[in-house]
Amino acid sequence: MIFDWLPSVLIAIVLMLAVVGAVRRISLWRAGQPSPVNIISGLMAMPKRYLHDLHHVVERDKYMSRTHVATGGGFVLAMFLVLCVHLFGVDSKLLAWALLASLVMMFTGAIFVFKRRRNPPSRLSKGPWMRLPKSLMTFAVTFFVLTLPAAGILPDGTGNVLLTLVLSALILVSLGEMLFGMTWGGPMKHAFAGALHLAFHRRQERFGGGRSTGLKPADLGVEVHGVSKPTDFKWNQLLGFDACVQCGRCEAMCPAFAAGQPLNPKKLIQDMVVGLAGGTDANYAGSHYPDPQGKGREPGSAKGSPTEVITAGLVDAETLWSCTTCRACVEECPMMIEHVDAIVDMRRFLTMEKGETPNKGAEVLDNIIATDNPNGYAPGSRTNWAADQNLNVMRDVKKAEVLFWVSDGAFDMRSQRILRSFVKLLKAANVDVAILGDEERDSGDVARRLGDDATFQNLAKRNLQTLSQYEFKTIVTTDPHAFHCLRNEYGDFGSDALDNVEVLHHTTYLNRLVQDGKLKLDTFKGGTVTYHDPCYLGRYNGEYEAPRELLRSMGIEVAEMERSGFRSRCCGGGGGAPITDIPGEKRIADMRVEDAKETQADLIAVGCQQCTAMLEGVVEPRPEIRDIAEILVDQLIEEVH
Amino acid sequence: MQPNVISLVSIGRHPQSGRARRSEQDGRALELGLKLSGSHLQVAHAGAYDSTFSGSAEETVLRQYAGMGLKQMTVLKQSSDADVIPSLSHYLESQSAQVVLLGVRAESGESSGMVPYLLAESLGWPIVSRVADIVSIENGEAEVLLALPRGQRRSVTVTLPFIATVDNAAPEPRQTAYGPGQRAQFNAVDTPEVLDELRINWVEAPAKPRPKRLKVIKAKTAAERFKAATAKAQGGSGKVMKNESAQEKAQAIFDLLIEEKVIR
Ligand code: SF4
Ligand code: SF4
Ligand code: SF4
Repeated sequence: MIFDWLPSVLIAIVLMLAVVGAVRRISLWRAGQPSPVNIISGLMAMPKRYLHDLHHVVERDKYMSRTHVATGGGFVLAMFLVLCVHLFGVDSKLLAWALLASLVMMFTGAIFVFKRRRNPPSRLSKGPWMRLPKSLMTFAVTFFVLTLPAAGILPDGTGNVLLTLVLSALILVSLGEMLFGMTWGGPMKHAFAGALHLAFHRRQERFGGGRSTGLKPADLGVEVHGVSKPTDFKWNQLLGFDACVQCGRCEAMCPAFAAGQPLNPKKLIQDMVVGLAGGTDANYAGSHYPDPQGKGREPGSAKGSPTEVITAGLVDAETLWSCTTCRACVEECPMMIEHVDAIVDMRRFLTMEKGETPNKGAEVLDNIIATDNPNGYAPGSRTNWAADQNLNVMRDVKKAEVLFWVSDGAFDMRSQRILRSFVKLLKAANVDVAILGDEERDSGDVARRLGDDATFQNLAKRNLQTLSQYEFKTIVTTDPHAFHCLRNEYGDFGSDALDNVEVLHHTTYLNRLVQDGKLKLDTFKGGTVTYHDPCYLGRYNGEYEAPRELLRSMGIEVAEMERSGFRSRCCGGGGGAPITDIPGEKRIADMRVEDAKETQADLIAVGCQQCTAMLEGVVEPRPEIRDIAEILVDQLIEEVH
Repeated sequence: MQPNVISLVSIGRHPQSGRARRSEQDGRALELGLKLSGSHLQVAHAGAYDSTFSGSAEETVLRQYAGMGLKQMTVLKQSSDADVIPSLSHYLESQSAQVVLLGVRAESGESSGMVPYLLAESLGWPIVSRVADIVSIENGEAEVLLALPRGQRRSVTVTLPFIATVDNAAPEPRQTAYGPGQRAQFNAVDTPEVLDELRINWVEAPAKPRPKRLKVIKAKTAAERFKAATAKAQGGSGKVMKNESAQEKAQAIFDLLIEEKVIR
């Protein structure tokens, strides 16, 4: 061949450019705030995390997971061998054959990518992503032909000038996509950033089947609270945004997007990428934020740069306030991106720096600050609901087996029915229980999700101070939101009040009582029952089984909704969403009740007072809504002494 | 020319929890001040400023006011048993204030609602009470909307300088933001301190609920009931005297005072 040096020179040039791009991209991430990671062990753990944790999520879509293993695995292997054979000129038939095999594998995968892309679902981004399968195939074919001589199938020096030139052009095209595009912002960027994101993830605990859902405390008393501009994010958050493959799984799961509120988690992450790299959203080729108000924001009008305030032109505040913090997007994201962290970080800026919490936000926060409950009731009336319950109060007894964390449901008449049912069950099982009474305060959940971390931290510290005065082995609460705070977020404040204390949701605790035979239950005969998993119990705390087991213990065969378990659809009550109340086309709660109606259920069992309130707010006719504690109490066989 | 506007703020008290808070009306006075002169607004508070100030409930509340967007705030140093009128009027005079805004009455302390009147008296300035809005300030005169019951407004003009008390009908105070509140500077100022001779001899005791006269609802229709529930107290037998002579007007007031047994 006359130009046989040409392919290796091209490979070398593209590779160099890719390295330059990588350095530039890394410097974009490094513009973020420091966040300590262990570089060596992170990199070492990366392959395992890819194969195990990431694939665990991709597996939910069998088609895509196989396709990705073939394409991605084939490519990585092929690329390595291409470097050996064509750049360093290692003369080995074995390597050449291995290269051919990996290219075949990659090509097969690419065909399936191509098929999916022929009629892509709306959640997938189009634009440059549509040419990706073609680039993959070009890569595979080009290097296949190029490798034939090395494998001894064709004699050395086969081909003429024309063929070499054609092949060289194809090398440029395919390597341009696969290597150059990887570090200069093409679709293949996901592989580069994704791999590093796995290595340096901000929540390392999530790997190996772990769970890490508590929000990180905001630094208080600093120049700017929360995230105002992209560089205020931690550097590995920025890296995480860059890892997005625009698969749109998050979009498909997001209740706010489905309700037509101006939020699309995928677009939000892409806007963050625009912010960290600078530019506009003109090249974004996926679904935009829904626009129920008809504001008609033109694609391309969102502008940002690493040092510009995000809410001043890149993302509208309503987008951030539409989120219910249900974590459906995070649960579904194959790249393990943390949308909720980012959203709350930016809300912190809006609330703590700008004082712009929409609608009832300011009033609720003022109430929480002045009365320790969101509705501004007299703190001294917190225990009124229990006037006839004959409950021990910790101030008197100082210690008990179980501390019942009542939560702000104490002030709400509907929630009080749940509280009373739960107390009745505890008494029937002879549990040694006490409450904090008027010493209890709001858990801080709402304040924190509304971005007021100062108030959250203040409440958390005061609650911990109270808790530390008493002795108990277990805290049980009927409120998954308080449960989450106590279990996953109070640990950051240096108190030993909850050391060696088990924090449980009431369904978990009641299930133990039933399994231990402490509660005798009758069979339920009230028709079809479905169960709504509260996000803060399920996705946040991994408890899907206890509520179902409880229902089974009453002979109930749960008619599962299509979206249940880890894919449960939020009721719309989390993250302060009912308070900020961003208009959409539908209400999330209505959609959830529709889900339930599809199962022909007569009764929706829930495990959360907030879910109860949200779902009961849906107009009739609809299934009845009851907390599991209420259902249990009706089936309780009381022993006569 | 920008008028020199000063808003005065006090420590409020939440009606349910009794905890210190941003007072509702003073918050509105601050909001109105921000509307009138933006970042030029001066805000002052007369109260304790000593070694215990940092971390106190007072500081928290003042920072809540500051969180509405103030870079700094003046604290006129006063001990808790001082009469704040001399201090405030000295300060207002020294700053050549033109518009002074404050709530109708404090939510804590004596809560007599007398501060604005005593200030006006000591400064010799006019006072407009229960302001809903200040529409314009031009040529040494301000056009002011007073709040009347049931959403009615009365427009009056008043010459500068003047004192205005701000009614609940004025726009709500904006949300307070934690960050700016924490960063705001306090300028502590020494002002004359006069002991409140009367008050130190007072004994304070928790109020007992007074027996309430049962309300007989005479309303027949829903509209009437709504009216009865929402109307502010108003004498049904009042009459408006506009064209009568001063003599006749004075006589009418005098007769009323005797009738109501205010004077005998
Ligand atoms: S954020 Fe995650 S789930 Fe959403 S589009 Fe990107 S990669 Fe897919
Ligand atoms: S947390 Fe829930 S509401 Fe918020 S963006 Fe994710 S899916 Fe949407
Ligand atoms: S109320 Fe229930 S479903 Fe709704 S956000 Fe909270 S836990 Fe999730």
